[in-house]
Amino acid sequence: MVTAMRTMKEKTRRDLTLTVLFVIFVAILLQVANVKFDSYQKQVLSLMAIYGIMAVSLNLVNGITGVFSLGHAGFILLGAYTSALLTIPPEQKAMIFIIEPAHPFIANLHTDFFTATIVAGGISALGAFIIGFPVLRLSGDYLAIASLGFSEVLRILALNLQSITNGSLGLKGIPNHTNIWWSWGWLLVTVLFIVSLVKSSYGRALLAIRENPIAAEAMGINVFKHTLLSFVISAFFAGVSGSLYAHWLTTIDPRITTFGPVLTYYVLIMVVLGGLGSVSGSIIGAILFAFLMEWLRMFEQPFTLFGRQYPAIQGMRMLVLSVLFVVTMIVWKRGLFGRAEITWDGIRKLMKKFRRSGSR
Amino acid sequence: MKRYMVFFFTFVVAIVFADIKIGVLLPLTGGISAFGEWTKKGIELAREQRPTVLGEKVVLVYADTRSEKTEAANAMARLTDKEKVVAVIGEIASSNSMAAAEIAENRKVPQVAVTSTNPLVTQGKKFVSRVCFIDPLQGTALAEFAANTLKARKVTIFVDIEQDYSVGLTNYFIERFEGKYKGNVQKVQYKSGDQEFSAQISQAIAFGSDVIMFTGYYNEIALAAQQARSMGYKGYFIAGDGADAPELIKIGGKAVEGLYFTTHYVPEAAKTKKAKDFVESFKKKYGTLPAMNAALGYDAYMLILDAIERAKSKDPVKINNAIRSTKNFEGVSGLITIDENGNAIKPVVIVQVKNGKFTYVTSIEPAQLK
Amino acid sequence: MSLNPTILIQNLLNGLMVGGLYALIAVGYTMVYGILRLINFAFGDVMVMGIYFAYYGATLIRLSFPLAVTVSLAGTALLGIVIDRLAYKPLRNSPRISALITAIGVSFFIESFAVVFFGPNYKPFLDALENKTIAFESFVIGNVYLPKIIFIILGITAIALFILFVIVYRTKIGMAMRAISADIPTTSLMGINVDNVIGFTFAISSALAALAGVMWALRYPSFYPYTGFVPGLKAFIAAVFGGIGSIGGAVVGGILLGVIEMMIITLFPTLMQYKDAFAFIILIVILLVKPAGLLGKRTVEKV
Repeated sequence: MVTAMRTMKEKTRRDLTLTVLFVIFVAILLQVANVKFDSYQKQVLSLMAIYGIMAVSLNLVNGITGVFSLGHAGFILLGAYTSALLTIPPEQKAMIFIIEPAHPFIANLHTDFFTATIVAGGISALGAFIIGFPVLRLSGDYLAIASLGFSEVLRILALNLQSITNGSLGLKGIPNHTNIWWSWGWLLVTVLFIVSLVKSSYGRALLAIRENPIAAEAMGINVFKHTLLSFVISAFFAGVSGSLYAHWLTTIDPRITTFGPVLTYYVLIMVVLGGLGSVSGSIIGAILFAFLMEWLRMFEQPFTLFGRQYPAIQGMRMLVLSVLFVVTMIVWKRGLFGRAEITWDGIRKLMKKFRRSGSR
Repeated sequence: MKRYMVFFFTFVVAIVFADIKIGVLLPLTGGISAFGEWTKKGIELAREQRPTVLGEKVVLVYADTRSEKTEAANAMARLTDKEKVVAVIGEIASSNSMAAAEIAENRKVPQVAVTSTNPLVTQGKKFVSRVCFIDPLQGTALAEFAANTLKARKVTIFVDIEQDYSVGLTNYFIERFEGKYKGNVQKVQYKSGDQEFSAQISQAIAFGSDVIMFTGYYNEIALAAQQARSMGYKGYFIAGDGADAPELIKIGGKAVEGLYFTTHYVPEAAKTKKAKDFVESFKKKYGTLPAMNAALGYDAYMLILDAIERAKSKDPVKINNAIRSTKNFEGVSGLITIDENGNAIKPVVIVQVKNGKFTYVTSIEPAQLK
Repeated sequence: MSLNPTILIQNLLNGLMVGGLYALIAVGYTMVYGILRLINFAFGDVMVMGIYFAYYGATLIRLSFPLAVTVSLAGTALLGIVIDRLAYKPLRNSPRISALITAIGVSFFIESFAVVFFGPNYKPFLDALENKTIAFESFVIGNVYLPKIIFIILGITAIALFILFVIVYRTKIGMAMRAISADIPTTSLMGINVDNVIGFTFAISSALAALAGVMWALRYPSFYPYTGFVPGLKAFIAAVFGGIGSIGGAVVGGILLGVIEMMIITLFPTLMQYKDAFAFIILIVILLVKPAGLLGKRTVEKV
């Protein structure tokens, strides 16, 4: 018994060391990329991490708590606008609000990027708190459509509140702050926070709610309070990702192609591709999505396949992507990882298996 | 796989050293792909007619933006960083051009927008220019035309609140028109993708409008015009350059007959030899008359080549300086002079739909609108 | 603004027509949902494929318009079955969410398929019609203009819904459908081939979507691969509005949504720019008052 405890402790300590080493390793890789990659590759690399934050935060609600929310785009929008309005210098604001001058309160706001991102997360979280009261009282598909509705309402507000958001003209000249370090750094923070949340008693309660909300309620878990908490935390990081996204894109607008339901669908695809409920799966799904969207561009230029020349086919990228996605869903059903996480134990087992089959 | 990729990249690099690459950033799929396709046709024709500059072959690299912002930014970065283009033609929609503009500025690669008429596109940017006029000019021209030629006294404007272009154009129209007839303009709103306009139309009829102005794009214009006629509206229709696509007539049929719109170019108005030749060769290659976007795409390509020649260099910064100092360049859409902000100073052309065809009505010089 | 009775009547009729079209698509959502508990997100896109089939039938193969529509209904029904067999059937025993996300994937697939093979641009539906002015002809009574197309659409919608109700409530296969929506395992024990009935449901709901699509294109004669997005979303709202799973609810929800949307902007023109927000706000309010929609049954979950 005592030895078992000791090995457990040793194991956690060793896993911790391995994790720290892994993070350092990734940081070194990123530094190498930072030096070696051209700015286009760096741009995509940053986008991967931004998508990663979006996916991991959506996964907390949809995968871990088991509440099917379709409102992520709304929280990303809130975060993007909040932080953009905070970092755009007042002179720039005076220049871009050409239809209606900016509201005096908005016009003179100015903070640094980090503060803006935190505030963006806070505003999104506040939004989630307010929206959560009506929405989380619903269940299943009703909740899904209601959250999608709120996200659209936010977007329509952004279209119409000319003196705050500049309407459809959007905001431009947002400082280009998002780089590899900010985006991957925030991804690390997001993952650390959500993983430790899942491992805490709160997290276990959330998992219980996912498996059976009624049984969880009977066990004395306040289902509404817990789902609201996960909803708010998820929105906080969605807001953070929105802030990074705005400072990556440098111009945002409230159009359906920018912050519409399709953005939520994209994030959902990342989450499910990796495996709903798995944090590592969400990250991998996000990286895959960002990579494929760029890599598949080769089909939209004249390309060679199996030794034959083909002309460029416009729209081929989305076609290939959607086929890949549907096939993945049919073959793996729960996504590439299912609910499993990549853990050190898992890797060790895999290595052992690999070594054994190798020596044979 | 990896080896294959390395091979692929070496191949790409080999091309970089052999040719002059020009990026083409267009919405080839998505909501406004029709504009993208016409532009592409114009550019292809221009490339065919002038395939070399400084004795080197010009290679066009296309990138689709799917009419989306994120895609526009990524595609632009891909063109500048991976494909190492010396200049970029595009985009069409102002909001996408703006997303790309930041990258053009950052990488110091000249960008020539085609029909992005929002004033914000070039604002504060040294590397972004365009071959079209901007919305304040267009809005003013429409207001003058409505007030003087059509004798309009009551105007209802259909505003697409999802399009910056539409919101801006509406604003500039109202500024001018209200200066003459205060309180005689009414705005009604819709969003891109809306198809039912009867509530807006009944508003327009109740207001007693003698002119309905559309500031959005052709698809919604065609649908709204149809519904307006079926609800008994008998006044004029006017619109901005968003109406200028042959699809307007195909979709709208009889309902858009008589509609006036401002635009950059109409084949009928071709007077110079160059402009006439363009119409002829376009007809020969594609079997149809060129649309406005085709002419502007053609001009953007020719203007960039002209700039490269004047710069005598493949250096993007020098090319940009040459683009910015363009004076009286003879394009097929008229003389193009790029002003200190990167905007083209060009006349506004007014066109009417007559017997199912775009018919030239008149041109208004910028100086007339002061 | 003083309320003009002509405008009121005109827009009420318009609202009814739009609502009828929403209802036709919403019925499809609801039928599939009732049986599989699956929100078929691809429904708006199935509707667009219906339009494409009718369009190409009339322009490429030069069928007469009614024949082209018939072919389109059959083709779309078949498409519905194929989608079910290929994409949804393998996921019958997986978590519901997998099937739902696959539906989003199928929706993307149909859209990009149409982009690649039919082209990304708007197509003029007038090309498919012999009578090119049908969309703008009106009955004129005094100074009241009532577009003919509205009455045509209302008539066909009513007939289609009547036939649907007969099928669902008066035939054997309809009974099987209702049985499956109540309890799949028990139904299959009764010797009913569940897969065939599900296939039949997909066929019927897809054909209804195609019919709605063709009428949609008659009223709004231009379409492109993404045309289905807005009607699809609105019909989904309508289905939830009425209580998803209930066919009567879908019809009521669709018509109510169409009329309310139209009436709000007719009565309060200053709110016009928030039009789409209202659909959602009303939906949320209704759900808070009646959590299972207007006609939906509240199921009590057993532990």
